[in-house]
Amino acid sequence: MHGSGISIWFFIGVLLFVYGGLICGYGIYEWLTASYPVGVQLTALHTPVWWGAFLFLVGVFYSVRFRPGRASS
Amino acid sequence: MFGLVPSSAIAGVVHPAAALVAFAASPLARLSPLDIVVIAVYFAMVLWIGFYLKGRSNTSEEFFMAGREMTAWIAGLSFVSANLGSLELMGWAGSAYQYGILATHWYWIGAIPAMLFLGLVMMPFYYVSKTHSVPGYLDLRYGGGARTVAAFSFAIEMILMSGVNMFAMAVVMKVVLGWDITFSILVSSVAVALYVGLGGLRSAIFNEVLQFVLIWGGALLVPILGLVQTGGAAGLKKQIMTNMQSMTGVHGDSYFHLWRDTGTFAANPMGVHWTGIVFGLGFVISFGYWTTDFLVVQRVLAAHNLRAARMAPIIGSFFKMAVPFIVILPGLLGLVLLQNPDGSRRQLVGEDVVAACTASRGAVDDPASCTAAMSKTTLPAAYQQKVLSGAPDAELHSYNQALPLMMVRYLGPGLLGLGITALIAGFMSGMAGNVSAFSTVWTYDIYKPLINKKGTDSHYVLVGRLSILIGVAVSIGAAYLVMHAHGIMDYVQALFSIFIAPLLATILLGMFWKRATKWAGFIGLLTGIVFSASLFMWVKLVPSALASVALSPDAKPMAENVFRALWAFLFSFAVVVVVSLLTKPRPVAELEGLVYGATPLPKEEPVPFYKNEYMWAILVVILFVALNVIFW
Repeated sequence: MHGSGISIWFFIGVLLFVYGGLICGYGIYEWLTASYPVGVQLTALHTPVWWGAFLFLVGVFYSVRFRPGRASS
Repeated sequence: MFGLVPSSAIAGVVHPAAALVAFAASPLARLSPLDIVVIAVYFAMVLWIGFYLKGRSNTSEEFFMAGREMTAWIAGLSFVSANLGSLELMGWAGSAYQYGILATHWYWIGAIPAMLFLGLVMMPFYYVSKTHSVPGYLDLRYGGGARTVAAFSFAIEMILMSGVNMFAMAVVMKVVLGWDITFSILVSSVAVALYVGLGGLRSAIFNEVLQFVLIWGGALLVPILGLVQTGGAAGLKKQIMTNMQSMTGVHGDSYFHLWRDTGTFAANPMGVHWTGIVFGLGFVISFGYWTTDFLVVQRVLAAHNLRAARMAPIIGSFFKMAVPFIVILPGLLGLVLLQNPDGSRRQLVGEDVVAACTASRGAVDDPASCTAAMSKTTLPAAYQQKVLSGAPDAELHSYNQALPLMMVRYLGPGLLGLGITALIAGFMSGMAGNVSAFSTVWTYDIYKPLINKKGTDSHYVLVGRLSILIGVAVSIGAAYLVMHAHGIMDYVQALFSIFIAPLLATILLGMFWKRATKWAGFIGLLTGIVFSASLFMWVKLVPSALASVALSPDAKPMAENVFRALWAFLFSFAVVVVVSLLTKPRPVAELEGLVYGATPLPKEEPVPFYKNEYMWAILVVILFVALNVIFW
């Protein structure tokens, strides 16, 4: 957003950071305990781990890049 | 918001009979505690944004126009996101299941040329005139008569659409998760009323950008994992070619061509002709929606300068071209990947078939209707018998459930919560968009000119906030009206298509023809709406009239929409021209800032090529042509 105040990208960063952490964390637990959900396909790809990690990293980047008090684009 | 949603999706998702069927069936998915946490985090974030933005929405310019300080990226994402609601996602995925990539026309030719036209040609007039709304532009150009017609049409349409969105969300949550209808309606309406009432348009825009990210984060995995399972695009195509001839009676190859089989109505599964696609969809419906529907135009008007306002639709068009990857592709993948509980290939059916085969206490309620409905499908005879016997594993699912079914297939705990959150976000921002646009139109184009012309700025902000609360309350009423009044959905959906084509003719002539007069704008818009509504009612009351409206006995309902829009546009266009020639034009000096040829456009500062809107527009055109050639 233009002007002062918290950027929308910061809110998005925080949301992705939280979601990524939760999903990746659960994916690791699922992998370690081999407790895969019934009926879900391709569990061997461990999608929650890498997709959660991806969301987490994007979230960290946006949270830091657009943190309040830092000039936003 | 629903302008470009397939009519089958509207009818399907929210049709009361289908909804009742859904209530009787067991939900498609069960949420884990982690999924609930993911959804709860979203609601917390939405409310945080609303409360944070309250302090920045004190003046009318801030509340209704988001302070006109959005960057091109935010305005562009919000612009495209306003048309990326959950009904659209589910509806077009279902359409892709039925019609193949023909459904992609609604994303490419049905959007891209119009978005570029808005950015490069029309936006300077909207922006330079400093109007706050599309009815506001009509007021400046044609006077109060045209403004009032447009304002009331928009206001009614938006409030009903908001209610429909609310009910659609509740039904989808009931079907997918088994949630109570009233619970979903109350939670979503309270959340929307809070965050839009507090933060105004800025809050709605923020949540649309948030929704855009959530939709990609939640839905992108479905096509990726689906392609992994089919062995890539080549594997998908091979399987569809192999399987679909027997299932649909249409050669599988037709599912992969945008234009090749549109030479006749009968040669393609959608039953449309290329002339309808190009002129009806690509011109009238698309230009009407993307350049005159206030809900989307309002997002671009919030840009911080003219260049950003011009860039916003161009940025949006890149994302629009990519949306078929998360909408059309899952529909196609569903054709070959979805399975019944017994492991056989699942065939989705129309909502009418699902409704006819309602089962309770282990048996189909009306076997005769169910048999008749299933006889029109390509369901295997053995499976039809299973359905009739009320076997618990003989489930029938509609086309519109293709996307949720694919989500359930691939997304486990956490990821499913993210996918469901994306759907909820889509519905809620649909409601929020309609309610915020309603608030602006009500306050600026109805309350201020017709009820109280002398209010203070803070008074109008208060009216805006109250109108949001009232709008949400009326939307709840509309949601329950749709739930209980059979068939009303068709009329609500038709409001958009009835209104938008005459509006496009009126605005285009007003913007590009100095001779267009005040009376011509008013009469052209009003009679165009009446003409368009008459065509709709004609087909509604006499279904065989479809062949006349769409110019072919082979035409299907999708063709009616595009041809009705085309005739309504031409009718209004002719009326505006004729009445203009018979009435006295305004002096050219009064048209400055409103009409092409009478408006000196502001000089824009030179920028590097990578910030130049024309360079990006050329890139969009190249991509657009390439995609149409590749998928010819």
